[in-house]
Amino acid sequence: MIRTMQDIYSMLWVDLVFLKRNWLKTLATTLVTPVLYLLAFGYGLGRGINVEGYSYLQFVIPGIVALTAMTSSFNAAGMKLHVDRLFYKCFDECLMAPISFFSIVIGKTLIGVVRGLISTAALLAACLVFSPLPAISPLFVLVLVVSCFVFSFLGVLVALLAKSHQDMSVFMSLVILPMTFLSGTFFSLSQLPEPVRVVLSLLPLTHSSQCLRAATLGQPFPWISLLVLVGFGAAFFWACMIVLKRTSL
Amino acid sequence: MEEVITTQGLTKKYKDVCAVENLNLKVQSGEIFGFLGPNGAGKTTTIRVFTTLAKPTSGSAWVTGFDVAKEPDKVKKVIGVVQQHLSLDQDLTLKENMDFTARLHHMDRAERRRRIVELLDYVGLTRHGDRNVKELSGGMKKAAMIARSLMNRPKVLFLDEPTVGLDVQTRRRLWELIRRLNNDGTTIFLTTHYIEEAEALCHRVGIVHHGRLIALGKPTELRQKVGLVTVETLVEGKFTRYQYFPDRDAATTYVQSLPRDVKTIIIRESNLEDIFVELTGQKVGDA
Repeated sequence: MIRTMQDIYSMLWVDLVFLKRNWLKTLATTLVTPVLYLLAFGYGLGRGINVEGYSYLQFVIPGIVALTAMTSSFNAAGMKLHVDRLFYKCFDECLMAPISFFSIVIGKTLIGVVRGLISTAALLAACLVFSPLPAISPLFVLVLVVSCFVFSFLGVLVALLAKSHQDMSVFMSLVILPMTFLSGTFFSLSQLPEPVRVVLSLLPLTHSSQCLRAATLGQPFPWISLLVLVGFGAAFFWACMIVLKRTSL
Repeated sequence: MEEVITTQGLTKKYKDVCAVENLNLKVQSGEIFGFLGPNGAGKTTTIRVFTTLAKPTSGSAWVTGFDVAKEPDKVKKVIGVVQQHLSLDQDLTLKENMDFTARLHHMDRAERRRRIVELLDYVGLTRHGDRNVKELSGGMKKAAMIARSLMNRPKVLFLDEPTVGLDVQTRRRLWELIRRLNNDGTTIFLTTHYIEEAEALCHRVGIVHHGRLIALGKPTELRQKVGLVTVETLVEGKFTRYQYFPDRDAATTYVQSLPRDVKTIIIRESNLEDIFVELTGQKVGDA
């Protein structure tokens, strides 16, 4: 147990060293997109619009938080591992070291979680400029942490499967980008026809933004969505383990 | 003598391609053992099986007595690996790279520090420990990878094509380092497609071709098998004919019997290349 914790920290340590050296650049680049969304949709377009009885800015902030958690976690966990595996080829060193696949997967995931949380915290701070800070309840933090795990596991999974840099960007364009716009981040799902809602509920980000929104706006909390989110996380983690075991065949 | 690596009928297939076929091999403790063969002969695959990165399709391999497929964790503790391609984290300094490996081997802080200083000195990179590995030259990067692979005091060190792409002087410096390591007690298993590297470094050599071990022995024994002296003649100005003789006298007698119009004649000692050509009908470089 202690050995496993130590191994997980070793895996995380190496990514933290990198983060410490590049924190400003990293933070700046991950914040550009959400701040632009906030300005364009929340502040610019959304003025005077009301959704579900809230000002659009109030409505959209939790969505953008979910979005930031997703992209930041996915990129942080996925991109570094992807580079380690295919370009620096140093990931083999981890596979040849006396540590378990479990420690490798969790260790590589944690850097995504750390960076996802840093980015969302910075985003919330930036939101202060436009509106009073949404209520940050323990439930909000819980959902945020779970979301960061889900998308970090996904990042690790895709990075383990990618055979080239192109695979990575194809996944970004075909899955991450559509998810960004469709998962109820910018609009309310309640206005949509039932079949569309069913399809969108297959996307983890949908549940992430639903939960975060409910937690901030004091709506009834969609516990099922949180459960689905945990389910996604477990599935992605399990897939990572399978892929790692299969690579050594 | 203790066996460090043993294989029995080791076979590794990738779909229809047989990368390693029925390999039976014993590497003794204290040896520098070389796997010589062209690119694509199955050398890297063999190392990947020994280092637990690939599982055998059939047959078995043991490293220091541990089955690579069944006890990979025990194998991982006693091996050091220097891969063919550069495999350092290029976002980190050399010391950080070494520190990471040390952490993965559960070394405590004091031991990590001590070992890093010791190994940087050993490979002659003391002044470069704090540099980002991107800034190091090709030879330094290879030496850095060797230093890193030694962090856990491995019983056996795997070197996959250790000097590929390096200039002659750097190559010779690395050979010195490899010999020094071996003298200090590390068993070494290396692969190479450089004939002179195998001859200069290895106590025993296995020649591999299309995944099969086609010859095995000390370089001198192998040379004796084909003939210690080689005569090269240029036939009709077009292709080189190689002929092998047990000694200089036999070779000289043959040369004197050649017709006068054969102009280019080379008499020299046989080398591992000749053995490879003789056994396969190809040069090592012809892959």
